[in-house]
Amino acid sequence: MAMATAAVASVRLATTNALPRATQRSRDNEACSALNSAFFKNSIPSSSRSSRKNLKTLNDGSRKGICVRVKASTSDMVKEKALPADGQLISRHEGLDLYEDMILGRAFEDMCAQMYYRGKMFGFVHLYNGQEAVSTGFIKGLKKADYVCSTYRDHVHALSKGVPARQVMSELFGKATGCCRGQGGSMHMFSKEHNVLGGFAFIGEGIPVATGAAFTTKYRREVLKDDSADEVTIAFFGDGTCNNGQFFECLNMAALWKLPIVFVVENNLWAIGMSHYRATSVPEIWKKGPAFGMPGIHVDGMDVLKVREVAKEAIARARRGDGPTLVECETYRFRGHSLADPDELRKPAEKAHYAARDPIAALKNYLLENRLATEKELSAIEETINELIEDAVEFAEASPLPPHSQLLENVFADPKGFGIGPDGRYRCEGPGFTAGTAQV
Amino acid sequence: MQVTKGLLQKFGPDRVLDTPITEAGFTGLGVGAAFYGLKPVVEFMTFNFAMQAIDHIINSAAKTYYMSGGQISVPIVFRGPNGAAAGVAAQHSQCFAAWYGSCPGLKVISPYSSEDYRGLLKAAIRDPDPVVFLENELMYGETFPVSDEVLDSNFTLPIGKAKIEREGKDVTITAFSKMVGYALKAADELAKDGISAEVINLRSIRPLDRATINASVRKTYRLVTVEEGWPQHGVGAEISASVVEESFEYLDAPIDRITGADVPMPYAANLERLALPQVEDIVRAAKRACYRQVPQSAAA
Repeated sequence: MAMATAAVASVRLATTNALPRATQRSRDNEACSALNSAFFKNSIPSSSRSSRKNLKTLNDGSRKGICVRVKASTSDMVKEKALPADGQLISRHEGLDLYEDMILGRAFEDMCAQMYYRGKMFGFVHLYNGQEAVSTGFIKGLKKADYVCSTYRDHVHALSKGVPARQVMSELFGKATGCCRGQGGSMHMFSKEHNVLGGFAFIGEGIPVATGAAFTTKYRREVLKDDSADEVTIAFFGDGTCNNGQFFECLNMAALWKLPIVFVVENNLWAIGMSHYRATSVPEIWKKGPAFGMPGIHVDGMDVLKVREVAKEAIARARRGDGPTLVECETYRFRGHSLADPDELRKPAEKAHYAARDPIAALKNYLLENRLATEKELSAIEETINELIEDAVEFAEASPLPPHSQLLENVFADPKGFGIGPDGRYRCEGPGFTAGTAQV
Repeated sequence: MQVTKGLLQKFGPDRVLDTPITEAGFTGLGVGAAFYGLKPVVEFMTFNFAMQAIDHIINSAAKTYYMSGGQISVPIVFRGPNGAAAGVAAQHSQCFAAWYGSCPGLKVISPYSSEDYRGLLKAAIRDPDPVVFLENELMYGETFPVSDEVLDSNFTLPIGKAKIEREGKDVTITAFSKMVGYALKAADELAKDGISAEVINLRSIRPLDRATINASVRKTYRLVTVEEGWPQHGVGAEISASVVEESFEYLDAPIDRITGADVPMPYAANLERLALPQVEDIVRAAKRACYRQVPQSAAA
């Protein structure tokens, strides 16, 4: 039961057993001007009185007006939640669903590491181990038509959204049966069918694209008068991105035009090798939301149930048309930045601290303690997933490499973009267009 | 630039969106909207400012159809003035035709006359791929006669096809945007000296209409390329390479490139005039190609 109450109370802010450093820093940086928000009052566990001061946002008097509006929306949005009658946060079915999705993510990434070291995968591969709660918690709350826009750490986002493991594995192997026909690779997972908008190598690149997708929804709804357009977009990005100009530009535009988007920060404290605290003047990323007129929420990203609660509210808010939300998930990646990263900069104590909070182990304990599932059932799920992954690997191995003629395909949707050949006809209409590559 | 003057009143604030001055953000937003069926036309005040957004033009727009294996096409148009204006100095005067023209996945168009603008912009908007539409601020004030056919609402021009503005038989001059006007004036001057110049309005930088250029060179045996941008890795360099690859035996003289000076644009009016191609430069180059003048001095 402990998990259930803790989940509700701490949905709104970091748990008290958050990284000690967080509160330390915020105490140092704070200049307190009181924000009397029901949001903050209700959310602080009584045991941490001292941290109450640290959570008031920085605002000078001239911005109070805006804060009041934000206050209203945040306190509306994050209400004190009464536990359902049977005291459970999730049903058995939902619990097993979440567990399966997280196991899929973990097993897939572990298999990626194996395959990489065997030479089947190459280039830059960024694994998601440890952050599964964020992907599962948010994406499982979406419909198929909703959009997800991610970064180079996108395998698990694609899997959670519904892209088949076979297709993702093939794409990583560079085979023609991959979700992008082998043309994208690890960092560029796109799926039109499942509305995964990529897969971007530069940090911050995906945020404006996600904002544009949210804009499309609003435009279809309001200008093209299409009432069925209620898709929500989720943009995933990291802590390093929150210092990038594009992030702020999009927070501004999303709040200005009330776009149906949720900005999810996967704060794993490390931007490649740069510690978040050494790179950021105000490390509490959730604070940057209210500065632009949207709620900023901090949640424990190692606990899928907490993430799920926040996600439900944020997605509902966007779908209603009330505008964007900034959610900072405190999470951690168990592996290095990429498979080429020796991961020497992070302290073993920090790694151990988070390894003890493995989201999959936490959910497993919760399910067992609350008798929502038995050991046998959970093992059966793990077995099934392992088989699925092995099948995906076999499929990818057996798939053909892209043919040479594919090199020139898909550069333009209208291939006349290759211009007119010496015979006066469009190059793409000539025979052997894709067979010889030197001519173009 | 008053190009969109009156559009807000005519089409309303839903279709003509004023954005904050955040190029990276709003360009990316346009690209994201284009991913899913809208057809945005993103205007940059000048293409110099698009350098803040070039990541999205190239990485998010141009490459996406390829990276996604053909799943997501990006029917977006990026338009705005390109190249030098009058006295706006170094950071407002760069020509981007060569930079965008080197990128696969983009179509790059630079119109000259009113007919070009109308037909090519409509074709660009209807095109399912990202199009960079390079206009010219000083051309906004020029008027051209147009036929009724051009005024028809469905008039489009094919992307990738150059236009022969003036037929000739002695030397081929290629140009785009404002330089087409200069080339035509130069052709008039050359005609007085008995040199008949063929002026090609490239219209499309990418894909380059190599067929038309080469056919013309095979007719005249001499080539002068004109552009406003910097010489190294410029449009003229690409045309030279293309002609040497395909029509080497036909050339009677080395290919002459007339480009802007290899310097950031100076502010002083006389220096600015020196830094940009003028009609006399084109005339001189054409005469050199026809061996009517002394050979050119060493390039800077």
